[in-house]
Amino acid sequence: MKFLVCISNVPDTTTKIAFTPDNKEFNKAGVQFVINPWDEYALTRAIELKEANAGSTVTVLNVGEADTEPNIRKALAIGADDAIRVNAAPTDAFFVSQQIAAIAKEGSYDVILMGKESIDYNGFQVHGMVGELLGIPTVAPAMKLDMSGNAATLEREIEGGKEIVQVNTPFVASCQQPMCEPRIPNMRGIMTARTKPLKVVPAIGDAPRTQVAEFALPPKKQGVKLIDAANAGELIKLLRNEAKVI
Amino acid sequence: MSVLVVVECDKGEVKKSSLEVATYGAQVAAQLGTSATAIAVGEATEANLAKLGEQGISKVLYDNEPRLKDFVNNAYTKLIATAAQQEDAKVIVLANSNIGAAVGSRLSVRLQAALATNVVELPKTDGGQFVVKRGAFSGKAFSDVVLSGDRKIIAVKKNSIEAQHEAGKTAEVAAFSAQLGDADFADAPKQVVMQDQAGGILLPEASLVVSGGRGMKGPENWNLIEDLAKALGAATACSKPVSDVDWRPHHEHVGQTGITVSPNLYIACGISGAIQHLAGVNSSKVIVVINKDPEAPFFKAADYGIVGDVFEVLPKLTAAVKELS
Ligand SMILES: Cc1cc2nc3c(=O)[nH]c(=O)nc-3n(C[C@H](O)[C@H](O)[C@H](O)COP(=O)(O)OP(=O)(O)OC[C@H]3O[C@@H](n4cnc5c(N)ncnc54)[C@H](O)[C@@H]3O)c2cc1C
Ligand SMILES: Cc1cc2nc3c(=O)[nH]c(=O)nc-3n(C[C@H](O)[C@H](O)[C@H](O)COP(=O)(O)OP(=O)(O)OC[C@H]3O[C@@H](n4cnc5c(N)ncnc54)[C@H](O)[C@@H]3O)c2cc1C
Repeated sequence: MKFLVCISNVPDTTTKIAFTPDNKEFNKAGVQFVINPWDEYALTRAIELKEANAGSTVTVLNVGEADTEPNIRKALAIGADDAIRVNAAPTDAFFVSQQIAAIAKEGSYDVILMGKESIDYNGFQVHGMVGELLGIPTVAPAMKLDMSGNAATLEREIEGGKEIVQVNTPFVASCQQPMCEPRIPNMRGIMTARTKPLKVVPAIGDAPRTQVAEFALPPKKQGVKLIDAANAGELIKLLRNEAKVI
Repeated sequence: MSVLVVVECDKGEVKKSSLEVATYGAQVAAQLGTSATAIAVGEATEANLAKLGEQGISKVLYDNEPRLKDFVNNAYTKLIATAAQQEDAKVIVLANSNIGAAVGSRLSVRLQAALATNVVELPKTDGGQFVVKRGAFSGKAFSDVVLSGDRKIIAVKKNSIEAQHEAGKTAEVAAFSAQLGDADFADAPKQVVMQDQAGGILLPEASLVVSGGRGMKGPENWNLIEDLAKALGAATACSKPVSDVDWRPHHEHVGQTGITVSPNLYIACGISGAIQHLAGVNSSKVIVVINKDPEAPFFKAADYGIVGDVFEVLPKLTAAVKELS
């Protein structure tokens, strides 16, 4: 079984978001980048399934410039076998999806796993675009993934419940908790990761269809109005008469 | 040309988020000088579909193929793509839901359309450009995105547009068939399991949310959260550590790595207000924080606050809500 795990390089979850003075770009200065938290579920589950199915391999894929390599190495340290970096700025989801689909096809991957969504652009869309480009099913977002031969059983989250879905390889799944307990690299992993293959390839495909014109931060809050705990019921009156939300 | 709106239905009712989407679609149609047609998916009744006229929809297409009652990715995609072609839809509007994301992303490739998800406002269409505002950085920012090309797909974030109700207006409900066959249902779910929903209010759709954190001390105290939620008609939510230790189910976990909510009212009880938690809730219209620590960071993001013990404050709030009605 050949697993392809797509990872996105995103600002650490504690990052205070700021933009360049013209508000056209995210300001990377001083920001720590991490593997997108959702992608850690995809990566760990792929490694677990590889361990359970002898002869399997896990390849990680990132579409990004050279500054993403530390996190690609981290994924190798966690247990992926090799890596591919498509050398391009990921300018929109369709552009990224074209790269992923081309690599998945060329390498005849059986299972393409990714995170539910990126925590920076929050597209929640690469999964379906890749599935459609390849003409294969997508299960998104998946909370559980089990495999038996080339048949997979997944739990897909729907609003208010879940669906049990069965698909055969090849397929795409976008992963979220509680699929597995994401692993962290150990010393041995970090040592071996240095020598694992990381292939850099050029981008292909059509131009992006979307473009960010400007970023903005949310409006600042007015400041909190405190209500005395002894008189807590007063809050409910304010919510009705002042805020008018109940 | 027209605007096509995807309306999700459940147990005969149009979902609240789809009423918002219908309103959004009708307003885009007005901007573009055309009309809005809806395509309904899920289990619907003709009477409820006709009522989409109240949101400004002129026609509703409905395929009563029974296998479309549950979500089937391929079948839904083909159904909507067929409707889009029949109606010559230049703009397709759907909810930023799990169904909307699954279908919208496939449609964008099939119809060669530019896709924007998580959209929070009507588009700006002057000057020949088509620009939408969408949430980014997990609730920490917004971005204006230019959509190019002949066709656009917009997934509207829940609770960001207020559904309109123009009483008495009805839409024409027209039978529609995309000639779906067995192959289109190959990825149909084997089983659908619905959660027990306290009070029947789904968190992603809720306008009012009562949420608990580690300060609630244990699952045995959640009756305090549930009582207030029930009195208000609110959904319940929790912080990540609470669902990590199984005090509450994972689908209640809000935040950067959980679900993002933007209700009219979010009441945080015993939650410190870590940046990852705030990311998932800070687009709520009004935030109330109850915490015994006056230095808790959540107070900085709050509109109203009570410095106090949740075990004393919550019963008082519940009693006060009951007195209102
Ligand atoms: C310099 C720069 C400029 C950008 N400009 C724009 C812009 O103008 N318009 C715009 O829409 N977006 C822009 N982006 C966002 C970028 O294109 C996103 O990475 C892309 O849109 C995919 O993110 P998403 O949120 O849509 O993906 P989602 O669908 O939320 O991601 C789902 C999953 O897909 C996988 N994935 C996502 N991205 C990658 C990747 N790069 N490599 C490998 N796997 C990946 C991950 O597993 C992820 O969990 C820009 C990004 C950068 C760095
Ligand atoms: C990668 C990553 C992703 C994350 N994603 C998320 C996410 O999506 N969502 C999320 O919630 N967290 C997330 N976290 C965790 C986050 O950093 C915090 O640890 C978490 O939100 C804290 O939860 P809490 O507020 O319930 O608990 P605590 O931080 O322990 O706060 C408990 C609060 O309760 C108050 N309290 C205690 N007793 C009482 C009482 N009797 N009455 C009133 N108040 C009381 C305390 O003063 C305190 O402020 C993430 C962390 C990481 C590293």
